[in-house]
Amino acid sequence: MLTQHFPALLVVVPLIAAPLIVLVRRSLPSWIIALLATAATFGIALSLLDRTLAEGTLSYAMGSWAPPLGIEYRIDAAGAFVAVIVAAMGLIVMPYSRVGIAAEVRNEEHYLYYALMMLCLAGLLGILVTGDAFNVFVFLEVSSLATYVLIAMGRDRRALMAAYQYLLMGTIGATLYVVGVGLLYLETGTLNLADMATRLPMASDSRAVLAALAFITVGISLKIALFPLHLWLPNAYAYAPSPVSAFLAATATKVSIYVLMRYFFSIFGESAVFDARATGAILLGLSLAAMFIPAIVAIFQHDMKRLLAYSSVSQIGYITLGISMDSVDGLMASAMHLFNHALTKGGLFLVLGGVVLRCRGASFDRLAGLGQTMPVAAFAMVVGGLSLIGVPGTAGFISKWYLVSAAIHLGQWWLVGAVLASSLLAVIYVWRFVEVAYFRAPPADHPPPGEAPLSMFVPALLMIGGCVYFGLDATWSSEVATRVAEVLMNSRSGGQ
Amino acid sequence: MRLDIILRVIAKLLIPFALVFALYVQFHGDFGPGGGFQAGVIVAASVIFYALIYGLPAARRVVPDALVEILLAVGVLIYAGVGVIGLLLGGNYLDYFVLAGDPVHGQHRGILWVELGVLITVAAVMLKVFYVFAGRRRDAGEGGE
Repeated sequence: MLTQHFPALLVVVPLIAAPLIVLVRRSLPSWIIALLATAATFGIALSLLDRTLAEGTLSYAMGSWAPPLGIEYRIDAAGAFVAVIVAAMGLIVMPYSRVGIAAEVRNEEHYLYYALMMLCLAGLLGILVTGDAFNVFVFLEVSSLATYVLIAMGRDRRALMAAYQYLLMGTIGATLYVVGVGLLYLETGTLNLADMATRLPMASDSRAVLAALAFITVGISLKIALFPLHLWLPNAYAYAPSPVSAFLAATATKVSIYVLMRYFFSIFGESAVFDARATGAILLGLSLAAMFIPAIVAIFQHDMKRLLAYSSVSQIGYITLGISMDSVDGLMASAMHLFNHALTKGGLFLVLGGVVLRCRGASFDRLAGLGQTMPVAAFAMVVGGLSLIGVPGTAGFISKWYLVSAAIHLGQWWLVGAVLASSLLAVIYVWRFVEVAYFRAPPADHPPPGEAPLSMFVPALLMIGGCVYFGLDATWSSEVATRVAEVLMNSRSGGQ
Repeated sequence: MRLDIILRVIAKLLIPFALVFALYVQFHGDFGPGGGFQAGVIVAASVIFYALIYGLPAARRVVPDALVEILLAVGVLIYAGVGVIGLLLGGNYLDYFVLAGDPVHGQHRGILWVELGVLITVAAVMLKVFYVFAGRRRDAGEGGE
């Protein structure tokens, strides 16, 4: 009986946890509330994925006002898949946070950290579950505002500047998005996404719809950090507290990518986006640029967190490359990489968080000789790095494999070369870490040999272990990703 | 100090009316322009007015920081709680139809509670922002917290 309310509860549970945490204020009880709420949210997300895979789209009338007049929550396999990624990441980061933020966030601000994490989670999940264009904007702002503050909580004073930069860019992105929604509302007279999708074909050639497409694409691309709109991302990831970096790296950009996929394939429809205009070519060009330029920039970083951040921008290029192919195979590769990259980058940031705690910094000077001082963490970083490169046996390989085969399927052989070449760049930046960790002597004031606290170490190793597990046995992830791609593609032609 | 006696007396006269007007805006929101957001802003503005005339410490004695933070959360909880009650009574989330025997009464009751939550949170957030900005130099001067 309760299960029918899961689409709403997915958002409501973390949303109620946030004010509760503000009320209890003390660090330990707020952590317990946050932990329980994330666990419940993860359970709800899993059950939603289960049901959407079996039954198709779920619709929920908010306040019992029937859609399209009332606000509708609407979730299908694609949304539920990303929701599971987000909720799982929340659940992994919570136990980690207890020790993880102790060193980075002032004690009297711990409750604010947990409350903001809950709001961020609620916002991200809300974007995925809502069926209303304006709701997407509201949830985008809920998650973004929480994110800005979370980033600013970093101990480094530059965190404040990074948060401010992200605030400016993020606000511009959200504004562009809402302008686009306004134009769509003008043309179709509805904010319900499914309703909009059925009405758009009648108006699809008007200039306003074209402008809406442009506004929404650019606005969401800012949130995705699609090259060259990525400038906020490296600083934000580098100076945020470690658990926040890990959570954002695995979730925030992924959710925005989902929104872009939705608008391209389910709402505007593939023919309006790809066949009638050069969107595909532009996206392809930007994806290729993203695969190469930030990867080259990553090679020249002297700080592991910044290196990983630039690597994120580069990996986002693979995901958008899959979208630009405009085929089920390409979308499936995108969905696959969305999952695998969340796993890999989330895991890497979690391991790095433990390292930063002990080495008091993520610059290569501080990480030197990590292979001796923290052997397991260093090895975990290498495994994660291999997954970034896409070495067989890791999750990164699977998604690149599907990406390459999707390119071959379209007869675009040169793309195979591009993916390979960009993977070689990943080899170089991962090798930089290997060189620092294994071939350099530890700094004079290096910490005594030992690993990070257990509560940080176990979640981090779980994620890295997941990289290997989903690299060896990709049946579950590839099956779900295939369904996700089909759902996205079919909702355009079937117009369900 | 002695010269602002007019301001002080007028402020004392005006603030109660401002608060009553806030309640009017709140309850009239059902039928005309108004509602929780506007009422919350008026409530916060009257406290800010008090702070401007009588000084920040006096305002903080009337509405302490801790209270502001509690109210901030309570408002959201009321709003979300109304949704959960609708769910427990067998409707969907934020379903007001089931809040009373008669659906129209239910809608009235639901929006009343929800707008109360909005009023509380909006007023508290406004005050929080004001306190943080107005107290910035002062709090830092006391050597942090």
